[in-house]
Amino acid sequence: MNRRGFFKLCGAAAGSTALAARAGGRALASAPRSETDPYGILIDTTRCVGCNTCSEACAEAHELPEPNTDEDVLKDTTVEQWTVINKFDVEDEEIYVKRQCMHCLEPACVSACLTEAMHKTEDGAVVWEADKCMGCRLCMLSCPFDIPKYEWNSPNPRVQKCVRCFERTEDGKVPACVDACPEEAIVFGRRSQLLAEAHKRMAENPDDYTDHIYGENEAGGTAMLYLAAVPFEELGFKTNLGTRAFPEYTKEFLYAVPFVLAGVPALLLGINRATHHRDDDDDVTPHEEG
Amino acid sequence: MSVTTPDTATGLSADLAPRRRRFWAFLLSELKPQGKLLTTFNVISIPVMLAALVIVVLRFAGGLGAVTNLSDAWPWGIWAAVDVIAGVAFAGGAYVLCFMVYILGIKKYAPAVRVTVLASFLAYLFYAGALLLELGRPWNIVNPIIGNNFGLSAVLFLVAWHFLLYMIAALLEFSPAIAEWAGAPRLRRVLQSMTLGAVILGVALSLLHQSGLGALFLMSGPKIHPLWFSEFLPILFLVSSIFAGLSLVIVESAIAKRVFAHVMDAEHKKTHRRISFGLARICAGAMFAYLGMVVITFVHGHDAASLTGGMGAWWLVEILGFTALPGALFVVAIKRRSLTGIRLASVLTLIGVLMNRLNVCVIAYRWDAPNHYVPTWMEVVVTLGIIFAEVWVLRWIILRMPILRKPPAWARADDARRGISSH
Ligand code: SF4
Ligand code: SF4
Repeated sequence: MNRRGFFKLCGAAAGSTALAARAGGRALASAPRSETDPYGILIDTTRCVGCNTCSEACAEAHELPEPNTDEDVLKDTTVEQWTVINKFDVEDEEIYVKRQCMHCLEPACVSACLTEAMHKTEDGAVVWEADKCMGCRLCMLSCPFDIPKYEWNSPNPRVQKCVRCFERTEDGKVPACVDACPEEAIVFGRRSQLLAEAHKRMAENPDDYTDHIYGENEAGGTAMLYLAAVPFEELGFKTNLGTRAFPEYTKEFLYAVPFVLAGVPALLLGINRATHHRDDDDDVTPHEEG
Repeated sequence: MSVTTPDTATGLSADLAPRRRRFWAFLLSELKPQGKLLTTFNVISIPVMLAALVIVVLRFAGGLGAVTNLSDAWPWGIWAAVDVIAGVAFAGGAYVLCFMVYILGIKKYAPAVRVTVLASFLAYLFYAGALLLELGRPWNIVNPIIGNNFGLSAVLFLVAWHFLLYMIAALLEFSPAIAEWAGAPRLRRVLQSMTLGAVILGVALSLLHQSGLGALFLMSGPKIHPLWFSEFLPILFLVSSIFAGLSLVIVESAIAKRVFAHVMDAEHKKTHRRISFGLARICAGAMFAYLGMVVITFVHGHDAASLTGGMGAWWLVEILGFTALPGALFVVAIKRRSLTGIRLASVLTLIGVLMNRLNVCVIAYRWDAPNHYVPTWMEVVVTLGIIFAEVWVLRWIILRMPILRKPPAWARADDARRGISSH
């Protein structure tokens, strides 16, 4: 993230420069396809053979240490490993599931972040910026998929997670993991194309797939989409997230704020005047002390 | 603790002039400790605060992981839960009292306002300080404040701003006392004229940030045990801050009456009982309102089956043992005119609110995950150290400024001349 000149400038420059840069960012963000149809990755677990080439490519691309590829443990992503491959034994079959940030359409982490350190790039990658983050960890508390990880033993801790190789994709390349996969189990593209492809695969081979694309509607929809042969709860996916985008849950509160700020002071002043009207009466002596 | 200065109202008035002339000398003399040093409180609090200081140094040298048990699974621990989330609820007494006294004009509670606002201001000051320890990259806290980055859609953004504004409002509300202490009549008039504005702002901001603390958890719903989570958390947090804050006022004033008797004037002593009972009534009312809401959210989202098991029992302990029971105790004690009864009820209430905030933040958060977070002894020491430090400053001010007694004679004469009431 440090490498991105634009945002570095944004963080370093004071006042007006930063504001101008932000305005620029907003203009870009409203470009036609970005918000409605971000880039994403379709992960077809029926094709994954668990070779871990993707996690190794990820580590290499982001200068992270050797990834943990131990099949016998259920792995979580860490600050040093942004994607993991977990093995599930379902009905005598070994199913491998890649796990990383879901790059939600409306990310909880972004809406939780009060410094805009966690933000979305124009083409839909959710990334974190060192210069802005104050380390409150509300992004971690809020993420439905428990993805952001924190450098607990650093005096200058970073929040780390998959950034969907946004720098590569801005240059027209595909993410490192997609590039590396020998089985074409993961493909990169616009979310609408990926959804169409997923529906096509399900229609062509209905026996191979459970009738559900994970990420199509979960938590309001994610840019990472999954296909599987068995129901997703058997593969360690969270199935209690609902289809409402997470930031929606705070909308009502946030709407209430300007109402309260606009209405309550006037109301209080009115009550104050009403209860202190005795001051105006001539026949009442001024307040006695105390 | 015995007092060494003859701080009667007339005494203050007499040495008003020298104070103003030689303010720095006066300040230096006031900085000296008063009273006995070897009290139980000092003997316990000083080592804890020193240890906390060492731990804070370790925390900044080695990161949060060096002294806490926080992890990716439990990103918030007791520093956030106790100091920030619960601490702010306990500071809720100030906005309730200010509302009653300045807005509704209920003069009965006036003697309790100053000490409550002071305690609340200090609570915010110290708990905001605690937040700095808690933040991983605290130097970036200026970003959302100087407008570098406005995360306008972030609940925490609003809470942070409201904290800041509220602290200013609370300081303004309290500031005439500082002017009285420093002997500055003109400054006092200016500050006094801002009180009503500050109160109005303070009450509005309190409504929002007390509920905002609940709103922080709205996106963590799937991770918090359903018995503690509901979409009504903001309202539940707001209502519980009323009885949390007032219970603390009752307990604090009971302690103050013993410890600070020598700096308390007759009026404060005389009204103590009446005020305590009045506050107890409001507490009881707010608690039953809260219980009603809890019951409604429960019947909407759950059935009796969710009460089985350890978490169900723990929830019942909180709701029955530390909310319904003290609520009932308040009612009985008010009927029987038992001051001891309402004090006991207040203590139980405080424990209940602390339990609730700890539950939402830490205990019921990922309740079902293995190796649940338990704080390190260092986290506990720092938490206590911050509370002790706050009490130290509170004590320092109460012993010196007109908090538990009437303003000095010159200030009261000035008020009388302008036809306003002073308390
Ligand atoms: S999965 Fe979590 S970290 Fe990734 S975009 Fe969604 S909310 Fe943010
Ligand atoms: S930890 Fe950093 S990125 Fe996460 S919400 Fe807080 S400020 Fe934003």
